[in-house]
Amino acid sequence: MKVWTFALSAGVLLAQHSFTRADIEDGSRLYSNTCAACHGANGDRVSGVDLMHGRFRRAATDDGVAAIIQKGIPGTAMPPHALTDFQAGSIVAYLRSVAAEAGSVSGTGDVARGKAIFEGKGACQTCHSVRNSGSLVGPDLTDIGAIRRAPQLERSLLDPDGEILAQNRTYRVVTREGTVITGRLLNHDVFTIQLMDAQGPRSFQKANLKESGFVEKSPMPSYQGKLSAQELADLVSYLVSLKGIQTQ
Amino acid sequence: MIRRTLLLVLIAGSMFAQVSFERILNAAKEPQNWLTYSGGVQSQRHTGLTQITPDNVKNLEQQWVFQARSLEKFEATPLVVDGVMYTVQAPNDIVALDAVSGRVYWVYAYIPSPAARPCCGMINRGLAILGDTLFMGTVDAHLIAVNAKSGRPIWDAKVANAESGYALTHAPLVVKDKVIVGTAGGEYGIRGFIAAYDVKTGKEAWRFYTIPGPGEPGNQTWAGDSWKTGGGSVWVTGSYDPELNLTYWGIGNPGPDWNGDSRPGDNLYSDSVVALDPDTGKLKWYYQFSPHDEFDYDSVQVPVLAEMQWKGSQRKVMMWANRNGMFYVIDRTSGEFLQGKPFAKVNWLTGFDEKGRPMRAPGKTPSTEGTLIYPGNQGATNWYSPSYSPRTGLFYIPTWENTSSIYFKSPVEYVEGRQYTGTFPRMTVSFRGNIQNQITEDEGYGAVHAMDPKTGERKWEFKMADVTESGILTTATDVLFVGGREGNFFALNARNGSMLWKAALGGIIANGTISYSVNGRQYIAVAAGNSLFTFALRQ
Repeated sequence: MKVWTFALSAGVLLAQHSFTRADIEDGSRLYSNTCAACHGANGDRVSGVDLMHGRFRRAATDDGVAAIIQKGIPGTAMPPHALTDFQAGSIVAYLRSVAAEAGSVSGTGDVARGKAIFEGKGACQTCHSVRNSGSLVGPDLTDIGAIRRAPQLERSLLDPDGEILAQNRTYRVVTREGTVITGRLLNHDVFTIQLMDAQGPRSFQKANLKESGFVEKSPMPSYQGKLSAQELADLVSYLVSLKGIQTQ
Repeated sequence: MIRRTLLLVLIAGSMFAQVSFERILNAAKEPQNWLTYSGGVQSQRHTGLTQITPDNVKNLEQQWVFQARSLEKFEATPLVVDGVMYTVQAPNDIVALDAVSGRVYWVYAYIPSPAARPCCGMINRGLAILGDTLFMGTVDAHLIAVNAKSGRPIWDAKVANAESGYALTHAPLVVKDKVIVGTAGGEYGIRGFIAAYDVKTGKEAWRFYTIPGPGEPGNQTWAGDSWKTGGGSVWVTGSYDPELNLTYWGIGNPGPDWNGDSRPGDNLYSDSVVALDPDTGKLKWYYQFSPHDEFDYDSVQVPVLAEMQWKGSQRKVMMWANRNGMFYVIDRTSGEFLQGKPFAKVNWLTGFDEKGRPMRAPGKTPSTEGTLIYPGNQGATNWYSPSYSPRTGLFYIPTWENTSSIYFKSPVEYVEGRQYTGTFPRMTVSFRGNIQNQITEDEGYGAVHAMDPKTGERKWEFKMADVTESGILTTATDVLFVGGREGNFFALNARNGSMLWKAALGGIIANGTISYSVNGRQYIAVAAGNSLFTFALRQ
């Protein structure tokens, strides 16, 4: 098992702890449950605070960050949290792992150029939409930057079959007449199935189908070799910038 | 004029007849009413009404809808007394309605303390009635008595501290001159208890702690001070046997939920059924379904009581489909384990020893790397009411089949009023439910499982696409009503599971269906989303 070792200073809190991948996944879940409501999935929702780039303004060490998580910051909106030393440490380890993973593309792209690629060369709108513009055949990406991080988005662009979120799986139905339709599964119940394909939303009675089931492969093409490294970075930067529709 | 006034008083009086405890004990003799959470103290959720049959159920049509002013799940089972329906609009508004038209007579609005913090929604599962008094537990851990005629409060008893995580979410149970409730809050390191209150005054009569204190039998099953924060919540209504004078209650999980290192031992009486003397609260017997639980397998299900021939002799049994995936038959006189068989996919045990203690499968405990356990954290069933039909002899279980969770172990520390659980498991099926359902049979599905209690074998299965939180109602004509998260409401043939009728109600069905009749017409009432729907045969 790959072990992520972070040299944590010799404080009583986190003295030289090695965090396993599982610990970091726990830290990720704790972050989602405890921190993300205010800080956002990317750690940058609070103005002037960016948690996922390995630099912290108010703490020089990892156990200092863990102490802030536990005790809060008096006089600010940051409350104390009832977490053990290990739990707080695993959150810090998670934040460090994100910072270590990043760097391949994030921060190097240009959002405006990425938007142009999304709407032009990349032809992303053939399947995807952003803020009510584009196709609904694929997932709506209006808030993709709030739920996916840059490395994950880069992986999805280069290897679309590598990880498909459950809500984005492709479904295939065959009617009694032999017509085959594939699309994104929206919903199913005891009697019916709803898909989204190029024709729009479609509904089928299960009783009228010969077969139905998920398709393992994503309909999304890989952009490996189709975009330059800079274009890829631009596109990822644009996607990361999509945080949903902001209220005024 | 005087005569007319007298006549009006008499009519009004006949509308709101007193509900004596004698009537509650004999609820089966007046199937036009629904007098307790589960339809009677035996909790079979079976109606004696016969107007709706397998042949004519296809002619059901909607009569009225009550739309609650609440976005919480509608988990309350209504009561119906002589043409008046009483239900709860979440979190704690009591609503009295005309059971024929759905028109509201009155609303008693209770505003819970902002300190209320029930783990899983600001919900309520229903009421109890005695005389002309309604009883409701509140999410801020009060027990309220309200006049059933006027909706005016009578008394308000503080049961526990909401600030410490205590809440009351289940319908109370009336036994004789006492109203009995238990405390929710198992995710907050509470020390759970069941308590009885005088129906007239709200004064506490007795209290049974679900976790024994020092010097009491069972305290040795907790290490150190872990008994003080061991959970053992109570959040579903119990049952009562008047011949044995015993009341039966299911107890919730031990805390912290997913890391048992701080509480080595069996952790009595978590995940148990306890049989109590309703006059004193003294424990007569217990049976523990899941000793030293680390999977959140609350034994908070409705104890279903019946008399049946068991291997040649007549026995007073209790049937219990547990969150841990096992279907039990227990002798309710003594607590003797008679049978335990899986009703869904299970991998945490290999069987039972001769005393009925489960034998754990090796390696099936939470771990740093994660351990895959069937059933998953929400269980193979949960608080959803099952039904027993004395006609078919079958026990019907709202089932989550083939669901699993990966359990992780991490350190956890108790802080009063905060969640005290450990790492939340990774589940294949959402805890809350999604507006769209995309889960597959590989990840789990909802079902009704019809079990023969005499053998523990499954007789039939009715599959749904999404999971179900619905209770089940069976009728004396062998019709079974059930719904699911997908918002479909079904009438099935109770003998073979075939579908007879359906209605798409468009919201999660998460309460127990009831039946009642007014002026000779039989009604079916079920909640979906935040609305209560009623059906009757087309006229």
